Amino acid sequence: MTAIVHEPHRPTQTHAEVTRDVLGTLGTPSRGYYMALFGAIAMFLVGLFTFVMLLKEGLGLAGYTPPVMWSVYITTFVFWIGIGHAGTLISAILFLFRSPWRTVVYRSTEAMTVFAVMTAALFPIIHIGRQWIFYWLLPYPNQRFLWPNFKSPLIWDVFAITTYFTVSTTFLVVGLVPDVSAIRDKVTGWRHNIYKMFSLGWTGSDSQWRNYSKGYLYLAALATPLVLSVHSVVSWDFAMSIIPGWHGTIFAPYFVAGAIYSGIGMVLTLLIPLRKVLKLEHMMTDYHFDNLAKLTLLTGSILFYAYAMEYFVAWYSGNIFEQTTFWRRAFGPMWWAGWSMIICNAFVSQLLWFKKVRTNLTSLFIISIFINLGMWFERFVIIASSLSNDYLPGAWQVPAVTWADWGILIGSFGWFFMYFLLFARTFPVVAIQEIKEMIPYPRKHGGGH
Amino acid sequence: MATKTVPGVLASFLQVDAAVDAITGLKAKGFRDLTVYSAAPNHEIDAALDHPISWVRLFTLIGGLVGCTAGFAMTIWMSYDWPLLVGGKPIGTPVPYVAIAFELTVLYGSLCTVAGMIILSSAKSLKGRPYDPKFSDDRIGIFVPCGPEQAPAVKDLLAHAGSEEVTVHGA
Repeated sequence: MTAIVHEPHRPTQTHAEVTRDVLGTLGTPSRGYYMALFGAIAMFLVGLFTFVMLLKEGLGLAGYTPPVMWSVYITTFVFWIGIGHAGTLISAILFLFRSPWRTVVYRSTEAMTVFAVMTAALFPIIHIGRQWIFYWLLPYPNQRFLWPNFKSPLIWDVFAITTYFTVSTTFLVVGLVPDVSAIRDKVTGWRHNIYKMFSLGWTGSDSQWRNYSKGYLYLAALATPLVLSVHSVVSWDFAMSIIPGWHGTIFAPYFVAGAIYSGIGMVLTLLIPLRKVLKLEHMMTDYHFDNLAKLTLLTGSILFYAYAMEYFVAWYSGNIFEQTTFWRRAFGPMWWAGWSMIICNAFVSQLLWFKKVRTNLTSLFIISIFINLGMWFERFVIIASSLSNDYLPGAWQVPAVTWADWGILIGSFGWFFMYFLLFARTFPVVAIQEIKEMIPYPRKHGGGH
Repeated sequence: MATKTVPGVLASFLQVDAAVDAITGLKAKGFRDLTVYSAAPNHEIDAALDHPISWVRLFTLIGGLVGCTAGFAMTIWMSYDWPLLVGGKPIGTPVPYVAIAFELTVLYGSLCTVAGMIILSSAKSLKGRPYDPKFSDDRIGIFVPCGPEQAPAVKDLLAHAGSEEVTVHGA
């Protein structure tokens, strides 16, 4: 008797069908695509206008209110850096773990990582106010032969984010090369010439695959500790200081879990509509979204624990400043931000214990929006709320959020979605080569596809 | 200037075991310089070709070591080049510099890995070797460089193994 083996991760198409289906995503865009792209560009222009006004008038337009001198811009910086983490987790860490379900979703998450880090990188530059001297952050010998202070976590962050951006872009480009060559071989005219240029002479010969497979493995091995380190370094921007609410040893793992949680939230926000627009429903199935939801549940539960532990440590420490900070997070003037963070992250993620919720794409999409909101609020609470009640009660202030803060925030979403939409129509959002690797070639006496 | 075609026989296969049989047969006849095209890496083809392990790892190792050394060297040298006392801490403090050294280890290691992939893949020139676009789709291609006198025997061997299409180039 033949056993029926259920392998939901294994694609049901043939090699040729995979090429055809993915090529289909690069055809003439629909009206919905153009509307989405137009919306993204419009949002970006709002951000650009705000940035020009900031250049002209100065940072006074933004809602900096002493002692809250890190506010919406640094909040949004940490938010976007976090978004990037899910991409590298899915593309590198799950590659090393040989998780077959990642194959269909990893390309779009990897692209999301690159664009999220590109977005994040704008914020420290916007925040410094005098953008034309941002290069002072780099270790170059200036006129007075002074060097950066390498003991500062802010300088670690410069190195961490530059490395993260370079390595994640490299990883994306390397993964794209074989797929671009498959597209090159199917299209004609000027598109053929452009894809030919990007395929870097790839032919899929045995010598190329031999070096490619090993190189990709080592890139994944290097990207794995990197993804864990980057948000740890970002967390040390806060944890290395003595501000109540920041000075915690759990910050690194807490931030990494939060980053992955927020990143998967954005993956869901992007992929659920994308599979419909690009007609990829037969490739991105409930099985893939179920796995993404399980990962969300895991990281959401870690966050739940971290939130509880922060409150416990504040109470157990006996430190009145720490206790006051956490009391004010829940019942102070910014209670709305504190509760938004807890409800959207800790509680909403617990709905994913139910399989019906995990496999219902409408509910998953709604949950993903809550995650995005919750994770932005988490950073706002950690950064702005902690700074708003430091060691001098007389100086306590609630930060103002002005139109310049909103403008840049909206612009950052426009900038991110604009790049993602352009990518989705220019390059394969599903990894052709890795899917084909999972489909056995036919055999002489039957079998294979 | 047009690239000169390498003389030889190009075969296309639909079935992987047919391609493996062809590779095994060709190697038994003494043909070593084969070029096998496929849309994705395949373990059966790798095993039949029996190539040594890629040296990309050496590039990764060297890149990583250079990055780590550069990270510590840069931070320690720059600290002592213009000593500034910050927060009462020692001038050169290797512990916080681990963050920079780690990032540079990963950065240099990754870039050197990519350099290794490109350099090693270019080591075997594929110039003039025929290629068919269907190899990036669903077919496996085998190109056997050989002179016109050997071409008929090679063609027979490939057809016998189960090739769908065999063409002689540069004859």
